[in-house]
Amino acid sequence: MNLLNTIIIGLKEIWTHKFRSLLTMLGIILGVASLVGMAAIIKGMENGMKETMVAMGGVDKVLLRIQDVPDWQDHLADQAPGRTMLDVEALRRSAPLIRLVSPAMEIEDATATRGEKRTRPAVLMGAWPAVLDMNLHTLAHGRFFNAIDEEEARSVCVIGTGIRDELFGKPEEVGHEIIPIGEEILINGQPFTIIGMFMQYMSEAEIKEKARIAKEGNKQKSGPKRQTGWGRKGGWAFWSKNNTIYIPLNTAWVKFRAVGDLNGVPDPRLTDIDIKVASLDMLEPAIQQARNVLLITHRGIEDFTFQTQENQLENINKQIQNARLSGGIIAAISLLVGGIGIMNIMLASINERIREIGTCKAIGATGFDIFTQILVESVVVSLVGAVLGVGASYGFVQVLQALTPSANTPIITPAAMLVGVAFSAFVGILAGLIPAFKAASLDPIQALRYE
Amino acid sequence: MALLELRNVSKIYHLGGEEIRALDDVTLDIGIGEFCSIIGPSGSGKSTLMHILGCLDSPSKGTIKLDGTEIQKASTRELAGIRNRKIGFVFQFFNLLPKLNVVQNVELPMIYSGIGGRERRVRALKALEQVELSNRLKNRPSQLSGGQQQRVAIARALVNDPKIIFADEPTGNLDTHTGEIILALFRRLSQEGRTVILVTHNPEIAAVTPRRIEIRNGKIADKVDAKLAGLDRLPKAAGSAEPVTAPVVPSA
Ligand SMILES: Nc1ncnc2c1ncn2[C@@H]1O[C@H](COP(=O)(O)OP(=O)(O)O)[C@@H](O)[C@H]1O
Ligand SMILES: [Mg+2]
Repeated sequence: MNLLNTIIIGLKEIWTHKFRSLLTMLGIILGVASLVGMAAIIKGMENGMKETMVAMGGVDKVLLRIQDVPDWQDHLADQAPGRTMLDVEALRRSAPLIRLVSPAMEIEDATATRGEKRTRPAVLMGAWPAVLDMNLHTLAHGRFFNAIDEEEARSVCVIGTGIRDELFGKPEEVGHEIIPIGEEILINGQPFTIIGMFMQYMSEAEIKEKARIAKEGNKQKSGPKRQTGWGRKGGWAFWSKNNTIYIPLNTAWVKFRAVGDLNGVPDPRLTDIDIKVASLDMLEPAIQQARNVLLITHRGIEDFTFQTQENQLENINKQIQNARLSGGIIAAISLLVGGIGIMNIMLASINERIREIGTCKAIGATGFDIFTQILVESVVVSLVGAVLGVGASYGFVQVLQALTPSANTPIITPAAMLVGVAFSAFVGILAGLIPAFKAASLDPIQALRYE
Repeated sequence: MALLELRNVSKIYHLGGEEIRALDDVTLDIGIGEFCSIIGPSGSGKSTLMHILGCLDSPSKGTIKLDGTEIQKASTRELAGIRNRKIGFVFQFFNLLPKLNVVQNVELPMIYSGIGGRERRVRALKALEQVELSNRLKNRPSQLSGGQQQRVAIARALVNDPKIIFADEPTGNLDTHTGEIILALFRRLSQEGRTVILVTHNPEIAAVTPRRIEIRNGKIADKVDAKLAGLDRLPKAAGSAEPVTAPVVPSA
């Protein structure tokens, strides 16, 4: 008996009992929709995380962190030097596997003001021009500070568009883009001249949102303008990257550290040393090299450690894996429930069709013919359910995007669809086996006599 | 050699320790081209006999040969093949598949014998022409009258060109007039050289056939089956087989 006929008869069977079939398929529909939808959300998350990682400086960035000295060096703890310019120089000279060293002196809780307007930058730090390459910044206007600015500790700064938005006004509100090069602002009360401004950093989702607003026209919201909170749009990484102020390292030291602490001794310690390796393949040896160099400058005191983005990547992957697993389990459960529904309905359906089955056997259907017929019907039900489920997952994703337009866009992947459909087919076969076997082994006479 | 040879066939059911002999030591030959009826009161074992003759059931005892094949030795798969190619069934309740239309119902046996789509269509149309239903091809069984449904069933029984056609109370669900049309159809098939076996409890219908096999309590009542009793064929009874000259009017 040919397969096409069997499938057509199966489809007819579904069509004659539309509502019943739909109810039967519900489990499969939900299962596939949650599988595909969940996979799409996870994919979106993954993309968002990777995007964020690039915003934070890329995979080849390694952070030099301070840590408590190991137990066996406890007695040396008070001699731990922390990160200093000595380390920076040593790394630059003696660690060829390290391409870039970027020292930074961060000033906490800074306030930038201009006239009546004030803002708290996410990042205010003294840095070398190396920070551009380190944190993957792109200068859109003006210039970055140079060796002379550094040498003379000039009061110049380069800002992100977030700072401009707060102190000079957003382009959307002012109506034109303000480029405040040459303007003066106060940072913690000290005057600085803006010499450059970065481009505006946005996540995919934000870019999309902007495009949408541009197309539909900015809908004026009624009522008072509300603070929507930090980092709402595009995530923390993008927000803080835009709300950055860089000043020359020396300037930071002279203006904000040289006044010293209680003893009048300026604190020479850096708050960050970020490095970039020459090649990702050589990540391990490069870190080892840096370690060796730093053990010398730190006189053997291990008060430092390295944090690679690879760790970060691993974390991301682990999280994604977990999300996948739990999503997969939920989907599998609802698919199995769907399978039980199908089995139930197939059993009911063969009971209704006992006489038909007997007739088919009388006119020459073999047990195998009947078996395949029922099995194919079961698979057809589950596959139709799977296709509807894939459709439902599209709807689900649309709804999700309408609800949270600024979140990471869920991305429906063909792989997830394939897995969903394949798993449904498998469930269909499994669910059909018992009814098919039951139908195939019906005695034609009993079936014909059945009232 | 007879087309069907039954030797000492019994069919025994056990119901709660009680033994029911639906067929009891039946020996019977049916030749090629015979037109006969199996007659007897309800519960006498007619259907059981037909099921065994039609390879739907196997005997508890005895042997049966169909067209030279030992049926009691055949596997269920082989039996399905024999039913498919050598036997056509017509039932009291028509037993058409409700979700298939007329042509598809008639095509069904050919699907099981693996005949290609185009040939299936051609042969189904031919069979439907024989029962004069060429105008209702796309109808569902539920859209047809009882007589029309039974004619579709006959077309379905015919379509694989079987040697034997069994009909279990084919007119049991039809009014007298329609029943007569159906009977005329069977008579014509018989005249075309096919072996036709009618199962009925109605002596008037049995009177149509030249040979009658009467069953009582699972046994053949000798005096009625003239041939088996060694008598000559009965002279033609009044109202029995007259050659059909005019085509049957499909007025049902
Ligand atoms: N599966 C069965 N189990 C028990 N008894 C049966 C079964 N099938 C048929 N019989 C019995 O066999 C006898 C013959 O039945 P059947 O051939 O259907 O008679 P008919 O067709 O002449 O009315 C009846 O007494 C019936 O009750
Ligand atoms: Mg009967």
